[in-house]
Amino acid sequence: MSATPEKKAPKKSTPRTNMPVQPPFARIQNYLEVALGYSEADAQAEASRCIQCKKPSCRQGCPVEIDIKGFIGQLQKGDVPGAYKVLRAYNSLPSVCGRVCPQETQCEGMCILGKNPEKTGGAVAIGRLERFVADTFAARLAGGDAACLQITGEAACRMTHDELKVACIGAGPSSLTVAGYLASLGIKVTVYEALHEVGGVLVYGIPEFRLPKEIVRREVDAMRELGVEFKTNWVGGKAITVQELFDDGCKAVFIGVGAGLPQFMHVPGENNIGVFSANEYLTRVNLGRAYDFPNYDTPIFKADEVCVIGGGNVAMDAARTALRLGAKKVSIVYRRTKAEMPARLEELEHAIEEGVNLELLCAPLALNADENRRLASMTVQNMKLGEPDASGRRRPEPIEGDTREIPCQLAIIAVGTKPNPILLEATRGLALNKRGYIEANPETGETSIHNVFAGGDIVTGAATVISAMGAGRRAAKEIAKRLLGAEA
Amino acid sequence: MNYRILEKKVLIPGQTTLLVIDAPHVAKKAKPGNFVILRTSEKGERIPLTIADCDPDAGTVTIVFLVVGKSTAELNTFEEGQALHDFCGPLGRPTHIEKQGTVICVGGGTGVAAMHHIAKGHAAMGNHVVAIVGARNKDLLLFCNELGNFCPEVLIATDDGSQGHHGFVTEVLKQRLEEDKDVSEVVAIGPVPMMEAVSKVTKPFGVKTTVSLNAIMVDGIGMCGACRCTVGGETKFACVDGPEFDGHKVDFGELRLRLSQFRSQEQESMQLFQHKCHCGEGK
Repeated sequence: MSATPEKKAPKKSTPRTNMPVQPPFARIQNYLEVALGYSEADAQAEASRCIQCKKPSCRQGCPVEIDIKGFIGQLQKGDVPGAYKVLRAYNSLPSVCGRVCPQETQCEGMCILGKNPEKTGGAVAIGRLERFVADTFAARLAGGDAACLQITGEAACRMTHDELKVACIGAGPSSLTVAGYLASLGIKVTVYEALHEVGGVLVYGIPEFRLPKEIVRREVDAMRELGVEFKTNWVGGKAITVQELFDDGCKAVFIGVGAGLPQFMHVPGENNIGVFSANEYLTRVNLGRAYDFPNYDTPIFKADEVCVIGGGNVAMDAARTALRLGAKKVSIVYRRTKAEMPARLEELEHAIEEGVNLELLCAPLALNADENRRLASMTVQNMKLGEPDASGRRRPEPIEGDTREIPCQLAIIAVGTKPNPILLEATRGLALNKRGYIEANPETGETSIHNVFAGGDIVTGAATVISAMGAGRRAAKEIAKRLLGAEA
Repeated sequence: MNYRILEKKVLIPGQTTLLVIDAPHVAKKAKPGNFVILRTSEKGERIPLTIADCDPDAGTVTIVFLVVGKSTAELNTFEEGQALHDFCGPLGRPTHIEKQGTVICVGGGTGVAAMHHIAKGHAAMGNHVVAIVGARNKDLLLFCNELGNFCPEVLIATDDGSQGHHGFVTEVLKQRLEEDKDVSEVVAIGPVPMMEAVSKVTKPFGVKTTVSLNAIMVDGIGMCGACRCTVGGETKFACVDGPEFDGHKVDFGELRLRLSQFRSQEQESMQLFQHKCHCGEGK
């Protein structure tokens, strides 16, 4: 008998479990979800790759600090409801985050298995597992306490504190998080949304092929069941003001109105026919279902050659949408290189697989029109990369005199957003920072006005769904503490 | 879905209709110059309409629309008691109203409805409001009686001369400006060519001229820039910066072009709707 003490058998190098996707030639013909999700066997295989670290670093990479080891541990035991319960304690929209979070720079970026992918097979696919758990759990739910289970993971929710009213302005990810959290504690929440549908960027921005509307509807319906009231067509600052909400008996107000105002480039020809902001283009298609025109009434502008300006996720969404609407050639026009693009790697790869063309190291100088002022081409300035700038990315510099022309009849501008002034102008005493966003305490989310909280893009500028949810969660915890005291 | 139609009045058969909508939270806040965005049905598009009147006590908002395409044609099929799917407002900056003397309000076509609300605001502030209303013929004139309730002067122009001045509103305006040097502001609401023509007329007189732009809109809350227009060389969003702007600074040519952006789809949608309606009649 060997005297060597028993050691844990080293994990074999099992590669990440692939997720089935619609093949590119098929998916650009439809608007259905591209990534199809894990089967039960896939999820088991992937969960078993997690080595359950003593000190898991993945958790530090998650903006809402999900107990990742915990939920995957439950999954390893085959306990989906158990895994869901862990997830839900940290994240109100797991089926959304599992789909749209940039995991490679967050949880998965910190996974120890990702440090040496040749030996380990790469980081655990945390996002895909989160999605599997949330989808599977939702599919198994039926009637009864379903809503309460979905939101809190508990079989029955606490009694309602009828006298404790909280209002959220805006119905995007941050407000939904606040509403879900507080409602699960029995607090009465009313959400005021300016558009006719609830979900913010989840319904007007992110396309169906990345995040099916059904998923958002499911989460929102669960909140309704819990007693959250959604008032659509109510514009914060116009139909209702923060002061009126307090006058009406609200104990706290959460502002989560996003940074919806699109930025333009201020180059000649920007108002020509065929030039759109990505917000308009995506809102028409996603919220207005213009991909199904004339069955739906909202029209969309179509063209054979399309240029999308920008390198973020919004640009990817717009480019892939244009392809699905029948464009023959779609180009992403970006002033740096592929390596500096802020878009998720997976989205960029999907876009390239689908045939999106990259026009790198160039910036638009002019949007040229034909004699009817319809867009015909774009003149771009060729660039080269110089020294790193404040963001750490190498600064693009124009190559003097080196320009070229790209033919296009549709240009979609996706170069970022600015804070929407409607609510800010209507709220006296609300302190803003230099960039025009709301100043909020990073610990509590409270603004310069007592018991008025804010979070998401209207505080940080355009960021991610999960960071908006993280902000919502912090604010909700603080509101609960103030309203319920020790009970929270 | 509780934006019920309390009253429907056909102002010009098959063309212009007035609806009184039950929308207390909009009525409570609506000011002259504001607009709403509505959707007729689940599959409908969002369309902007200027508020023609409101009654905060009754909780009602009055809108007037011209049947120009599918959405307005469908809206015209709605009867009293039916409800609109969505009704969002008040939107846009309200008209700047201050006590200033004589204000001339010019309205053309369905624009008279919006002009009526603004004129009412100016009159309530104590201004001397002169209304100039134009139409192709006397049967198409709108809101003349209502305007008479608070405007000491209601001047009419018809293209065929069947009532009032034989000709355009701009001719009446020009004459009025020549006779009265103390006009402090001219407000014009109507088709783009009419607002452009009014701005041309007032320019040499140096009179402040306010126009209400009817750009294409989607969200109406500043999120998309569909309604952008050039004013004094700068890009403005009509839904949040306007819809009212200085008529002497607006690039009307650009506005006209941008309004034509979706013309072919608009026609397709309308034809499909008319076809469906026609089929329905046989049942």
